[in-house]
Amino acid sequence: MPRLEVRKTYKLYIGGKFPRSESGRSYEVSSAGRSPKFLANAAQGSRKDIRDAVVAARGAVKGWSGATAYNRGQVLYRVGEVLEGRRDQFIAEVAASEGLTKPQATKLVDAAIDRWVWYAGWPDKLAQVLGNLNPVAGPYFDISAPEPTGVVGVLAPQDSSLLGLVSVIAPAIVSGNTVVVVASEDRPLPAISLGEVLATSDVPAGVVNIVTGRTAELAPWLASHADVNALDLTGATELPWAELEASAAETLKRVVRPAGDGSGAEEPDWLVTPDLSRMHAFLETKTVWHPKGM
Amino acid sequence: MTPKFEYAPAPESRSVVDIASSYGLFIGGDFVDPTDGKSFKTVNPATEEKLADVSEASAADVDKAVRAARRAYDRTWSRMSGAERGKYLYRIARLLQERAREFAVLETLDNGKPIKESRDVDVPTAAAHFFYHAGWADKLEYAGLGPAPKSLGVVGQVIPWNFPLLMLAWKIAPALATGNTVVLKPAETTPLTALLFAEVCRQADLPPGVVNIVTGAGPTGQAIVDHPGVDKIAFTGSTDVGKAIARAVAGTRKRVTLELGGKAANIVFDDAAIDQAVEGIVNGIFFNQGHVCCAGSRLLVQESIADDVVHRLQRRLRTLRVGDPMDKNTDVGAINSAAQLARITELTDAGVAEGAQRWSPDVELPKRGYWFAPTVFTGVSQTHRIAREEIFGPVLSVLTFRTPDEAVAKANNTPYGLSAGIWSEKGSRILAIADKLRAGVVWANTFNRFDPTSPFGGYKESGYGREGGRQGLAAYLDTEGTH
Repeated sequence: MPRLEVRKTYKLYIGGKFPRSESGRSYEVSSAGRSPKFLANAAQGSRKDIRDAVVAARGAVKGWSGATAYNRGQVLYRVGEVLEGRRDQFIAEVAASEGLTKPQATKLVDAAIDRWVWYAGWPDKLAQVLGNLNPVAGPYFDISAPEPTGVVGVLAPQDSSLLGLVSVIAPAIVSGNTVVVVASEDRPLPAISLGEVLATSDVPAGVVNIVTGRTAELAPWLASHADVNALDLTGATELPWAELEASAAETLKRVVRPAGDGSGAEEPDWLVTPDLSRMHAFLETKTVWHPKGM
Repeated sequence: MTPKFEYAPAPESRSVVDIASSYGLFIGGDFVDPTDGKSFKTVNPATEEKLADVSEASAADVDKAVRAARRAYDRTWSRMSGAERGKYLYRIARLLQERAREFAVLETLDNGKPIKESRDVDVPTAAAHFFYHAGWADKLEYAGLGPAPKSLGVVGQVIPWNFPLLMLAWKIAPALATGNTVVLKPAETTPLTALLFAEVCRQADLPPGVVNIVTGAGPTGQAIVDHPGVDKIAFTGSTDVGKAIARAVAGTRKRVTLELGGKAANIVFDDAAIDQAVEGIVNGIFFNQGHVCCAGSRLLVQESIADDVVHRLQRRLRTLRVGDPMDKNTDVGAINSAAQLARITELTDAGVAEGAQRWSPDVELPKRGYWFAPTVFTGVSQTHRIAREEIFGPVLSVLTFRTPDEAVAKANNTPYGLSAGIWSEKGSRILAIADKLRAGVVWANTFNRFDPTSPFGGYKESGYGREGGRQGLAAYLDTEGTH
C-alpha cells in the first residue's frame, strides 16, 4: 500500500504565531486549472483578525525600524536562504495554486527567491540613494534621510501567489516598516508557507502578518484602520478600489493604487525587474538642521 | 594611581587553524608553484616562530595571474548578470562569517594584533564589506554614477600588513561587485589570511581566475603595477610607494586609486567630555598598535586642559595590557615586523633628540618577538619629526593650541589628509571645524570607526579615491559617457 501523506493545516500568521481565525471560519481552496482539486481549508480571517494583526505590526515597528540597516539586510538575506531550501515545496504549491506546469512554476519561484535577495540588498543602500546633504544658503548642516512610515496594509496580488506576494511584502519591510497582508483570496496557500519561512528566518514576530480570507470583507477594515499608516491596493483588482482609497484618506494613509489605467485595475507583470517605487511609497523623508559655528 | 587588575590568562586556542608548511600562488582557481621556485617565510611577530613558507611571485607568475584574470573577465565574469555576481559575494560573506574564528586566529598569529581586535573588528567588518557590496552588484544603476556604469576589466591590488583580511575585503568586494576580476598581492609579512581567503573562493565555487592571489614583496607588487594587461591599480600603503605607483602609471591609460599614509590630528577642546575623549585618544593611537594609517597620532589639546588630559591619559595607559596577542585580555599586541620596530625606534629616538619629553607606562614586554611599549611625547613642536612623519606605531605626540583657528591651522599643517578627530560637546563647533579640516574622514566624539557604507580615503598626499559607500564604487567603474 502506498504511504498516506500527512496534510498541513493552513492557518493565519500573526505576531509570529499561526493562529486559526478567531471567527472559527474556514473556506475551501482548490487548485487552478480545468479540473480543480481540493487543496486545503484556509482560515477565513475576520475584522478582529485584521485588528489583531495591526496590533502585532505596530508592536514590531520599534524593534524592526530601530535595527541597523545592516542587521535588517542580514535577516532578509536569511529569508532568501531559507526560501531556497524550500524551493521544491513552493514549486508544488505555486503549480497547484496557479494551475501551472512544473517548469512554469519553477521559473516563478526562482524569480521570487531572486526578487527577495534583490530587496535584501537595499536596507543599507536606500539612505545613500534617496538621502542627501542639502546645500542650504547659510551656516547649517542640513541632511535629509528616508525613514519608514510605520504599519503598511497590503492587499496581495490575486493571481501571482508567490512572486507577486514577495514583490509587495519585501519593498515595504526593507526600510523598517511592518506589514499586515491580506493574501490572495483564491491562492492563499503559498502565503502561509512564506509565513513559515519568515517565522524561521530571524524576522522578528509581527514584522509580517498574513491574513487569509475574503478580500472584499477584510480590505475595508484595513483601509479604515486608524493605526495603519499606508495602504497598498495592488490586490484590489476585483474591488471598488476608489472606495478603499477614499476610506484611507480619513487618516491620510499613503496609498499605492492598483496597476492599470483610469478606474480599471489589473495585475502587473511581476517578472519585470522592479525599481525604487514600491520602497519609496512607504518612506518619509526627515530633514535635520544643525548650525555650524566656532 | 589606578591599580591594574590581575587577570588570569585567557588564551585563544590556535587549534582551529591548520597552517600548511608551504603555500603556492592562487592563480586561475588553483594553487600553483612559482615558476622560479622561490619562497620566503612568514613569522609570528609575537614569538618570531616561523609559520609557513610562502611563494614569491615573479613577473612571469604575475603575468600568468593577469592572464587568468583576463580570461575569467572575458569568458564569465563580465558576461554574468549583476544578480548572479551578487550571489557569489553573498556566499563569500557567509563563508567568512562561518569561518570567522579561524580567520581571526590566523590573522592574529600572522599579524600580531590582539585576538579581540581580529575577532571583533577585522573579520566581522570584512564579512560586512562583502555583504554590503553583494547587494550593490545588481543595483549599480542606482549608485548615482550614471545610468549604465561599466566594469574596467582586470584590477591589480596591493594591500598592506596592518589589516590584512580587512584590506583584502575593501579591495576585492567592490572590484567584484562592479564586474571586475582581480590580481591581489597581500603584504609579505601577512600573507596567510589572503591564502585562506583563496580557500573561501573555492568553497564559494567562484569561477576560476576571478580572484588571483600572488604573494611576494615589493618587486611582485611592481610587476602588477607595470603589467600592461592591468586596467586599474588599487593600492593601500605608504605615501612613498603610492607616489612611485602614480609615477609608474603616468602616461598610460591605467586608472589608479591610492590610500596612503596619514598624520591625523585628534583635537580636544576645553568643552569636551574629557574621560570620553581620553578613551577616544587611546583608541585613536593604540588600536592595532598604532599600525593604522588614519591613527590619531597627533593629539592637539586646548592649552587650558592640557595638563589634566595628559594626566588622565597616563593614568589610563597604565591599565593597558600589553603582551600575548592570543590572550583575549590583551589590549596592545606585537609590532608586525623587525623592520617596523626599527622604524618606530628610530623616530622615537629622534623625538628625544629633538627635545620632546618621552613617557611610557611601566610594562613588561615579552622577551621574544617585536614589541614596543605605548609611548606619549609631550612638549612636541610642529617641526619635530614625530609631529610630521608617520610613525605607524603606538606613539602619540601631544601638541597644544589656544584658539579654534590655531587648532585648525595646526591640524592642517601636514602634507597628509586622511583623517581627523574632534572632541567637543558643542555640535555647531564640531561641524564648523569639520568643514575646515582638509581630511577625508572626520570623527567627532569617536575615532577609528569603519563601516562598509561609509566612504574612506584621503585628501592631499594621503592619496585619492574612496573605499566604501556609494562613492567607493566609482573607483571600479567606467562612468564616462554615461552622464
